[in-house]
Amino acid sequence: MSVAVDLATLWAFIIALAVFIYVVMDGFDLGLGILFPLFPGKQDRDVITNTVAPVWDGNETWLVLGGGGLMAAFPLAYSILMPALYAPLIAMLVGLIFRGVAFEFRWRTRAQRNLWDIAFTGGSWVAALAQGIALGAILQGVHVEGRHYAGGWWDWLTPFSLLTGVSLVVGYALLGATWLILKTEGDLRDRAYRISWVLLFAMLLAIAAVSLATPLLTNQYAHRWFRLPTVIFAAPVPLAVVGVTVLMMKNLAQKHDVWPFVLALALFFLSYAGLGISIYPYVVPQSVTIWQAAAPERSQLLMLPGVLVLVPLILGYTGWAYWVFRGKVGHDAGYH
Amino acid sequence: MFGLDAVELARAQFAFTVTFHIIFPAFSIGLASYLAVLEALWLWTGRDVYLNVFNYWLKIFAIAFGMGVVSGIVMSYQFGTNWSVYSDKVGPVIGPLMAYEVLTAFFLEAGFLGVMLFGLKRVGPKLHFLATLMVAIGTLISAFWILSANSWMQTPAGYAVNAEGQFVSVDWLKVIFNPSFPYRLVHMVLAAYLTTSLVVGAVGAWHLLRNPHLPGPRVMFSMAMWMAALVAPLQILAGDQHGLNTLEHQPVKIMAMEGHFESHKDGAPLYLFGWPDQAEGKLKWALGIPKFGSLILKHQIDAPMAGLDTIPRKDWPPVPITFWSFRIMVGLGMLMLALGLFSLWERWRGRLYINRGLHRFAIAMGPAGFIAVMAGWITTETGRQPFTVYGLLRTADSVSPLAAPAVGASLLAFIIVYFIIFAAGVLYILRLMAEPPHAGEPGPSSAQPVRTAGITPAAGVVQGAVGS
Repeated sequence: MSVAVDLATLWAFIIALAVFIYVVMDGFDLGLGILFPLFPGKQDRDVITNTVAPVWDGNETWLVLGGGGLMAAFPLAYSILMPALYAPLIAMLVGLIFRGVAFEFRWRTRAQRNLWDIAFTGGSWVAALAQGIALGAILQGVHVEGRHYAGGWWDWLTPFSLLTGVSLVVGYALLGATWLILKTEGDLRDRAYRISWVLLFAMLLAIAAVSLATPLLTNQYAHRWFRLPTVIFAAPVPLAVVGVTVLMMKNLAQKHDVWPFVLALALFFLSYAGLGISIYPYVVPQSVTIWQAAAPERSQLLMLPGVLVLVPLILGYTGWAYWVFRGKVGHDAGYH
Repeated sequence: MFGLDAVELARAQFAFTVTFHIIFPAFSIGLASYLAVLEALWLWTGRDVYLNVFNYWLKIFAIAFGMGVVSGIVMSYQFGTNWSVYSDKVGPVIGPLMAYEVLTAFFLEAGFLGVMLFGLKRVGPKLHFLATLMVAIGTLISAFWILSANSWMQTPAGYAVNAEGQFVSVDWLKVIFNPSFPYRLVHMVLAAYLTTSLVVGAVGAWHLLRNPHLPGPRVMFSMAMWMAALVAPLQILAGDQHGLNTLEHQPVKIMAMEGHFESHKDGAPLYLFGWPDQAEGKLKWALGIPKFGSLILKHQIDAPMAGLDTIPRKDWPPVPITFWSFRIMVGLGMLMLALGLFSLWERWRGRLYINRGLHRFAIAMGPAGFIAVMAGWITTETGRQPFTVYGLLRTADSVSPLAAPAVGASLLAFIIVYFIIFAAGVLYILRLMAEPPHAGEPGPSSAQPVRTAGITPAAGVVQGAVGS
């Protein structure tokens, strides 16, 4: 039994890691789509998509690992959460389809380029919003009976889930803006600085709002954040958020290229850790723990060597691809 | 919607999305290998024509791959959204296989795709070839895992059922290498190669009809016709072996494919045509060759064959769809064989690049691979009905506890979205195909908007340039 317990926890961390990598990696390229309306110029848009064209496919693959991994390691959670999040997930998929093909299609047509730019923006907005809404819907809990989702198909829609939805859009936009600071130069980068300032404050507001609203959802969350012993782990999180914000303001003011993006990632990491503190050890909050949802030991064991060997390898060659396409993307050069 | 219940709508959605999706992996498996061969030939011979043809197909690959990725994400989430009970029960067996597909294949493809598409100038030819090779290998590994998972649903092995009613593995090797897996894998990979060779051949033929001296189209057409001539007969052999395996493990599917409503005690006929009437349980207006069915399936002219009359009606697959889709696949396979042999004959006579009849035939056969692949999948998947896990888990017991309007609305959304992006994608691919590969053909170009075929003359001057 002790082996099974450890495996479930281990797998919870692995899946959480996959989802986190997805969130920050696809986060910044979704963010570019979210910011597209602020950059109406054709040349700017070409540069912006060029900054991620060689890597976005790999970024999105982490989403497949998150979904596939959940099905493999926690099939019960997968089978409860997916129908519970039906509408936002379908919206997310449709959004991802449009923005994914728009990446390719916008280069292949002059007449319909504006349409694909709209598809890129719209798809990014919808996907980000839907992911945020899904997160909120999971946090607020779903109605489970036996081994099935037993709620309606609009249960996910609440003021809280809308708040998390908007928050994620803001967060992705901040990642995207700081990525542009990192990858572009000249006027484009200057605008990215200005946008980053606004988005940083918007993100702080969002973090504060979600942090205040979450403990109101259930006693369990409230206890985590305001009682011993968990408050010992929880308290540093908001403090660190303040620290990171101050650092980021300093670096934005000094027009540093790299640090704003790194610090935006740090903000995401802290928010994510805060979520983890709230819901652990539930995988379907308030209904199903990671141990109840865990796949049989043999299934979790089969995948373990694969993950332990392959994920570092994947991170290695993904890192290499980023390295190959390092540096600023100018109006004239690009990769193409 | 349309008076259908949630199960029927979920099935319609799965059928629609998977049929749409399958054409992209089928194309990208074949095209990725083709690209690797082209680049290897370029590195080996140093002849520019191979690089030109490589860059030409690379742009088409980028579009097809992108569409495959986005439609594939839909597939991976659909198990949970529409088939949640199935996911709960089968997840412990199927889930790890699909997770391995992501870890060993999807990341490999996606990780090296960027370098393959845009990196030739940055990493140099040798590392770039490595990236191309990794993408090609990734597509094959992907086929390995997804066909293993699919085959397990057709011919489950190495499992037990636990107290929660979940399938669990007792022997992973038996799960992965289940009885129908080797046949299905070979059949699918050959289908992908054949499909790609027909597309490449059709594009080559199209340009040869206009100018039989262009080097790029000659290379394309010649390579494609070799492939068709070699693989079409192999595929027919592989299909026959797969059929024998299906007879052994899924006899009911064979009954539906062959239209055998009735048992035949001393030798079954081979029905060429007929009209399967599911309600009456009869093949109407049947036209068949006596005893030939037994000869093909059991290699014995008088071997008895059981028919659907020995199976409870509630376990019958939808016979007309299985029957017809099988005939479409086989018929197209025969035409592919004919094309391959025709091209061999003309090659021998030295008329490969000038026989306009051959070129027109090749153009007509361009989409045949896609249609055959779709028909083949429809045959095998509807033939598995009414089960998701053959003989063990019914389709009706696999579906999510969802109301019909939810599934209907999402089905409608996917139909609309897929038709929009499919129309656009095909249009852009055809636009690229309308031009032959040029000297100094650039790779995927995105630095400037390109109206026709991605020609950026400035870049073309420099050999190895991938756009400006």
